[in-house]
Amino acid sequence: MRLKLHVWRQASPSDRGGFATYEAEASEHMSFLEMLDVVNEELESKGQEPIAFDSDCREGICGTCGMVINGRPHGPWKRTTVCQLHMREYSDGDEIWIEPWRADGFPIQKDLIVDRSAFDRIVAAGGYISVRTGSAPEANAIPVAREKAEKAMDAAACIGCGACVAACPNASAMLFTSAKAAHLNLLPQGQPERHGRVLNMILTMEAEQFGTCTNHGACENACPKEIKIEVIAMLNRDYLRALLKAG
Amino acid sequence: MELRSKVPSGPIDQKWTRHKFEMKLVNPANKRKYSVIVVGSGLAGASASATLAELGYQVTCFTYHDSPRRAHSIAAQGGINAAKNYQGDGDSIFRLFYDTVKGGDFRAREANVYRLAEVSNEIIDQCVAQGIPFAREYGGLLANRSFGGAQVSRTFYARGQTGQQLLLGAYQALMKEVQRGQVKLCNQHEMLDVIVVDGQARGIVTRNLVTGAIDAHLADAVVLGTGGYSNAFYLSTNAMYCNVTAAWRAYRRGAGFANPCYTQIHPTCIPVSGDYQSKLTLMSESLRNDGRIWVSKKADDDRAPGDIPEDERDYYLERMYPAFGNLVPRDLASRRAKDMCDQGKGVGETKLGVYLDFEDAIERLGADVIEARYGNLFEMYERITGEDPYRVPMRIYPAPHYTMGGLWVDYNLMTTVPGLYAIGEANFSDHGANRLGASALMQGVADGYFVLPYTIADFLARAALEPVPEDHPEVSRTLEDVRSRIDRLLALKGDRTVNSFHKELGRLVWDYCGMARNASGLKEALERIPELRQEFWENATVVGEGESINQTLERAGRVADFLELSEVMCLDALIREESCGGHFREEHQTPEGEAKRDDEHFTHVTVWEFTGPDSPPREHREPLEFEYVPPTQRSYK
Ligand SMILES: Cc1cc2nc3c(=O)[nH]c(=O)nc-3n(C[C@H](O)[C@H](O)[C@H](O)COP(=O)(O)OP(=O)(O)OC[C@H]3O[C@@H](n4cnc5c(N)ncnc54)[C@H](O)[C@@H]3O)c2cc1C
Ligand code: FES
Repeated sequence: MRLKLHVWRQASPSDRGGFATYEAEASEHMSFLEMLDVVNEELESKGQEPIAFDSDCREGICGTCGMVINGRPHGPWKRTTVCQLHMREYSDGDEIWIEPWRADGFPIQKDLIVDRSAFDRIVAAGGYISVRTGSAPEANAIPVAREKAEKAMDAAACIGCGACVAACPNASAMLFTSAKAAHLNLLPQGQPERHGRVLNMILTMEAEQFGTCTNHGACENACPKEIKIEVIAMLNRDYLRALLKAG
Repeated sequence: MELRSKVPSGPIDQKWTRHKFEMKLVNPANKRKYSVIVVGSGLAGASASATLAELGYQVTCFTYHDSPRRAHSIAAQGGINAAKNYQGDGDSIFRLFYDTVKGGDFRAREANVYRLAEVSNEIIDQCVAQGIPFAREYGGLLANRSFGGAQVSRTFYARGQTGQQLLLGAYQALMKEVQRGQVKLCNQHEMLDVIVVDGQARGIVTRNLVTGAIDAHLADAVVLGTGGYSNAFYLSTNAMYCNVTAAWRAYRRGAGFANPCYTQIHPTCIPVSGDYQSKLTLMSESLRNDGRIWVSKKADDDRAPGDIPEDERDYYLERMYPAFGNLVPRDLASRRAKDMCDQGKGVGETKLGVYLDFEDAIERLGADVIEARYGNLFEMYERITGEDPYRVPMRIYPAPHYTMGGLWVDYNLMTTVPGLYAIGEANFSDHGANRLGASALMQGVADGYFVLPYTIADFLARAALEPVPEDHPEVSRTLEDVRSRIDRLLALKGDRTVNSFHKELGRLVWDYCGMARNASGLKEALERIPELRQEFWENATVVGEGESINQTLERAGRVADFLELSEVMCLDALIREESCGGHFREEHQTPEGEAKRDDEHFTHVTVWEFTGPDSPPREHREPLEFEYVPPTQRSYK
């Protein structure tokens, strides 16, 4: 199939950037990123700079890839990262618009690559359980009810790709932050640091230029791991409790 | 190059405890005076960084990823082994040790493997305390499964995302230390060289992948947790960015490289679909518990699988290995699939695939049971291939997956360069010639949390290092070397893309140093690889500049290193005149076509020493002794 691509090109953070148009030839068996690989090969062999985009595992787990395709983060498939999207979705003559995540918290570095280190800083603020290596008790001394463990795992499945932020009209990082908090707050091991964790993570999130959550729900729809918006409600409850306690 | 394994004396179950007692400690107040560079934020690097920082050392952690959480460890699916014996099925530290030595086909160092089994239990304690949501039984205790043909259930898992959860645990511990100011984190920095001063590793040179800045970083010790080199094959189950550069640059500065020919080919991956293919996807090994592997008895059979009647199908693993059937070890399952395709019985458009069929299992257990067990894998398969494995048999083919070879390390995980350590998949490790499923994660975290932090203290306490001034001639020289290499790469304005070289190299290595190897093929590869390397340096094209993100430049440096490594891989495979584990030499097989070891001549680790860019590497040997697990021939008939 032949496609027309409109791709965001931006040489550096300070560059204004704009769309460039490319013709692409693709087979239905290719993945979306392989289609871009082929475009890049062609650009390189003509001595032109390839489109900068990031990806690593190409199987939906590392969270490295991410681009907005025709207005949708990670493209049209549900429960899918862009690296898992395949070209059989498209047909001959289609036009595709490809853009980076757009959010103040994620400054563009080049073309489709954005700086997501703000997520690291949110985790650093409290997204952990403190255990000095070697000081842990025997593993089965802390039984965890199966449903609890499963729910914690649902939240822990977040890959930190940032699609939730890209989808949110306010560019809020609430789904990401809540998912990490929920994972840890649901477990008995996470209780001692629960309040501090919630306060510090929210504080950092706000300081990192992410917008506020207005319960829009676009994040849940865009999440390739189907993290549920109920984790946000949980974080809000925890936040209130922590504030009361902090008095 | 001297290879002193430094294995402590005494009975095997007391070596580590005794060694820990005998090693020097660093006084708590003094720890902050020592600085350690850790390259890599995978399971090995992140766990080591976090633990060293907790202990009070000043740590700087480097990763080329945009976040430490994206290291390739994130992709591990199946699980992590430990000898907890929670299932009461007769597991023990000794059994895990025994299985690992035997699984490695008697080519690993016994004392290291024993230590690995010994600390495996502490790993699970640590990870549970960190909040890793391992699978649980209804009573709330930890669940286990059996994995990779083990006869006991010792694998802990978090759905199909065990690596992700373990890595997030280590990452979070690391970020906590970043917040405390104990770790300086350098994302998007690629290490391009080791700085060696007076024979000691004292720092690294990195390129900032965003600004292109080339900088030297100095420390008292350097730790490489930089992963494996499966991407020498171009197509593998490894993430796109995995590469050998860190280990290779260390090799060129004097670190011995051990057993490069030991690579693992995983039998159940989704086959290649076309020339544009960028990587291969692993389908969990657990699928072989219920799926049946077959091909048509007839070569060049173009019928759809459903049109091939039962008696015209060859369930070849069940036929050849009645005792283990579809569950034979990875290397056997892979080789037999290749044999079938070599005989023209391969399936799918490319004819490089075999069927993995769930029809019987669905009939026996019902589609809902199969969905509960493998639903996510089936979905992943369908997403990639567009075929529904509930109705059409899956097509699978072997793919490079893991590298047992790597930087040689002694019992303390130190390479042959004093002060330079290698942990995780980057070292030649504890898996001998073949790694068992769910043991790589175990080794990565064992090294990072429980071994390195002790052994490095002993080194630092004894080394009496003088600070290295930033303008030391070795620092300037190494910086200069890196700069001139980058300039050379950027000056390449030929007419072939970097990727086309990587592809061609991958095909060569796969054809001649892949699942089955023979002397004439390896010699052929040894002629062609240097030619390809020369062509690369004359005719590759690298567009763009050095002062900003330049992914072509990054790739070019990595491919250039693969072009060197793969030659040593083939050389290593050529001189190892035996078959063992993942290394199968066609000349050395039993009449039934099984691997034939030669214990008399090859019970050793082969270690390669760099002798210069234009001279062949020098071979060294570390003899191996088996006191506790006497070598036997593996048999799965
Ligand atoms: C698909 C798949 C499934 C697997 N499943 C399992 C399983 O179920 N159980 C199991 O035990 N094992 C499994 N493995 C193997 C296991 O995941 C790996 O061996 C292990 O995670 C390696 O960890 P590591 O820390 O050594 O390296 P990695 O996780 O590869 O980390 C390497 C780190 O080094 C950094 N790095 C590398 N080079 C440089 C450089 N030059 N400069 C700066 N930074 C650098 C990278 O950025 C990264 O942070 C699987 C592997 C694959 C491919
Ligand atoms: S590249 Fe890893 S999730 Fe897409």
